[in-house]
Amino acid sequence: MELNARIPAGPLEQKWDRHRFDLKLVNPANKRRYRVIIVGSGLAGASAAATMAELGYAVDCFCFQDSPRRAHSIAAQGGINAAKNYQNDGDSIFRLFYDTIKGGDFRAREANVYRLAQVSLNIIDQCVAQGVPFAREYGGHLANRSFGGAQVSRTFYARGQTGQQLLLGAYQAMEKQIGAGTVRMFARHEMLDIVLVDGRARGIIARDLVSGEMRAFGAHAVVLATGGYSNAFYLSTNAKGCNVTAIWRAYRRGAGFANPCFTQIHPTSIPPAGENQSKLTLMSESLRNDGRIWVPRSQGDTRPADQIPDTDRDYYLERLYPSFGNLAPRDIASRRAKEAVDEGRGVGPTGIGVYLDFRDAIRRLGQSVIADRYGNLFDMYRNITGENPYEVPMRIYPAPHYTMGGLWVDYNLMSTIPGLHVIGEANFSDHGANRLGASALMQGLADGYFILPLTIGNYLAQAKLEPIAEDHAAFRDVEAEARQRLERLLAINGTRTVREFHQKLGKLLWDFCGMARSADGLRFALSRIPALREEFWRDVRVPGSAADLNQSLEYAGRVADFMEFAELMCHDALDRAESCGGHFRTEHQTAEGEARRNDEDYAHATVWEFTGVGEKPREHRESLTFEYVPLSQRSYR
Amino acid sequence: MRFTLHVWRQAGPDQSGRFETYTAEGISEHNSFLEMLDVVNDRLVLEGRDPIAFDHDCREGICGTCGFVIDGEAHGPLPETTVCQLHMRVYQDGSDIWIEPWRAAGFPIIKDLVVDRAAFDRIIAAGGFISVRTGSAPEANATSVPKPEADAAMDAAECIGCGACVAACPNASAMLFTAAKVAHLACLPQGQPERDRRVIDMVASMDAERFGHCTNHGACQVACPKAIKVDYIARLNRDLMRAAVRARPIGGRTE
Repeated sequence: MELNARIPAGPLEQKWDRHRFDLKLVNPANKRRYRVIIVGSGLAGASAAATMAELGYAVDCFCFQDSPRRAHSIAAQGGINAAKNYQNDGDSIFRLFYDTIKGGDFRAREANVYRLAQVSLNIIDQCVAQGVPFAREYGGHLANRSFGGAQVSRTFYARGQTGQQLLLGAYQAMEKQIGAGTVRMFARHEMLDIVLVDGRARGIIARDLVSGEMRAFGAHAVVLATGGYSNAFYLSTNAKGCNVTAIWRAYRRGAGFANPCFTQIHPTSIPPAGENQSKLTLMSESLRNDGRIWVPRSQGDTRPADQIPDTDRDYYLERLYPSFGNLAPRDIASRRAKEAVDEGRGVGPTGIGVYLDFRDAIRRLGQSVIADRYGNLFDMYRNITGENPYEVPMRIYPAPHYTMGGLWVDYNLMSTIPGLHVIGEANFSDHGANRLGASALMQGLADGYFILPLTIGNYLAQAKLEPIAEDHAAFRDVEAEARQRLERLLAINGTRTVREFHQKLGKLLWDFCGMARSADGLRFALSRIPALREEFWRDVRVPGSAADLNQSLEYAGRVADFMEFAELMCHDALDRAESCGGHFRTEHQTAEGEARRNDEDYAHATVWEFTGVGEKPREHRESLTFEYVPLSQRSYR
Repeated sequence: MRFTLHVWRQAGPDQSGRFETYTAEGISEHNSFLEMLDVVNDRLVLEGRDPIAFDHDCREGICGTCGFVIDGEAHGPLPETTVCQLHMRVYQDGSDIWIEPWRAAGFPIIKDLVVDRAAFDRIIAAGGFISVRTGSAPEANATSVPKPEADAAMDAAECIGCGACVAACPNASAMLFTAAKVAHLACLPQGQPERDRRVIDMVASMDAERFGHCTNHGACQVACPKAIKVDYIARLNRDLMRAAVRARPIGGRTE
């Protein structure tokens, strides 16, 4: 596997400009002869589909949801970063670049991140022109807020529904193209595999989830915009349908998978309430601006919160990080909450949770001010837990939220399979080992609106692509494999549900490959996963048939892929014997319990090559150099 | 907790359906309505029966995927709450609950509680957008938008496209959905150039999709999980009237 990142030469700030000039162009009259498949219709997929159709390409877009507007980008709350410097507070493209590299704990590529910061400006222009109703000042100009501990206000937002509004903007742009016939939309279609002809990505096999019909779709290039894999943990903040299948199938066909162990655990989610819990709901991070996080000082203190005097409370973030306090970065806040719970100081009926207390803020500012700032979040909390957070402290606990790892891509967003491009959360490119708040939306739209539509032309203009029919042997073979797999799942007829297996796998990953990882724990998980996978294929029960809408079958296929993927994640976590960003190895910490990075040995992206199910994958490395941001240790004390 | 569920089961669009009765046992008051259905479905699967098909995804009230009628009310008894955000503590232990899909000619049933809402996408494709080629946008702060108008646009834009408005309407009208998008874009200066054509085309598409007309019942507003107001329907009618009056032949074509 050859890893050529194709980073353009020249000074950082000129790389993207120069590269755009160097890219080969497709003659405008020829664009309509190229068919491009885009899998996924979130921010990255929808924006790419709309833009490429405008350019003249013939686009086929696929999503498993009933409408492209439902993709999980819609659930993003906080906002989107852009280096507009509208607040005149010292922001710049270089500062956004710098913050993103540092926030990612020096495990992302400088050239990609700089380009991201550059196009962040265009994204806001584009979205405003589309009618995205961003928050505004009374003077009519765009409002900003500071987010996720950033020291400048560069976050644009639409109430608590920024992801929804950005997605609807991209969705509407794409619907316009669908109406014009330039995008063919295949909703309720799930990609089951990718098809390679002569080593190039030439199409996919997709199943119509309503009729059950499986079909081959041929194209000149394939784009995966299929999101992240946090649902490997079973309980996460992701939508139930989010899955690893598309990128996993591509990995199995030869695409390198980079840094799968880089997962982000968000500190402020509502804790799980019991065994039937199906997902975790995020409470916006902004709550940490006014809420104080604490647990009882001693173990087993079961008194109600209001009967625990301040002297018996441990405001541990304020104690450990006096300068950042409750606003300590996501990875640190999450890990410290886990520690408190592991020490037996957790709160609530399950003991899994810490308090996020607004008592002092309400005393200081009055309930109406707090209601004004967080009213909708308080209502949501009350709705889910049945408790009134104006009277009793909220209970929160970390939850898997975002995955920085993904398929390896070069500067053109192309994977190690020629013709297979990967955008948005599905690739590994821009966030290193930890993503900053309000940067996911930025990356999805940067890839989809401004980067891929140009770079894919470079591939299409140069690749000599023979026309192929969808009855080509390569399509028939892959389709037959996909069909056999479904039939195999249906034939097991065992005694346990798919959900039970998914819960078991999720718990294993959460316990040993979650917020804190150790070599022993990871080795244990690696010994358990194959056994669990074997039990799954022996004892799962999938009812019904493959010939109609069968949600159990869809779910089973996704969990089957998580069962294979989980092993890769643990291999990667074990291999990376350092702590960085969201990846915390207990053996590698400072005396104060902070992450200890090892730049000597691990300043690289680890890229894995598939060698067979249950086999140790082959390791490759893309070394990372830092010319513009000097390597330094993060400190928030 | 324990419940008796009467659930609409229908194998396919052209087949007849019927209510079937199931018991949901061992349910925690902290479970959401969909988590209760997960438990019922797990049991059905292990008993070798066909689980109840229902649409869902984010389970936090924003994607608009879930939705069915519970005891005659779209999304169940709580105001401004989608089914996924409805928790079982709202119900009395031991109660009977009737569950059925959205019913509207524009939303054909696919299976059980799953309906086809692609008509909503087609209404958007007919005109629910602002045409702006990627890369051609002017500097974002070049156009200022007064805050009240930006806020009004946002109020309308919060629609999650779940279809509860159609299900609640005795005429199965899609007016609230269509009006919300028309209003969102008409509130903003960017939306003006295509304003007339947008409303004419979207309403034509809505009619073609077999949704009924609005007769001012207001049931849509009550059912809407995002509290979108019927005022927008009045705005839609006003915009439609305005567009019809302004339609003038330009160079022999009606623009």
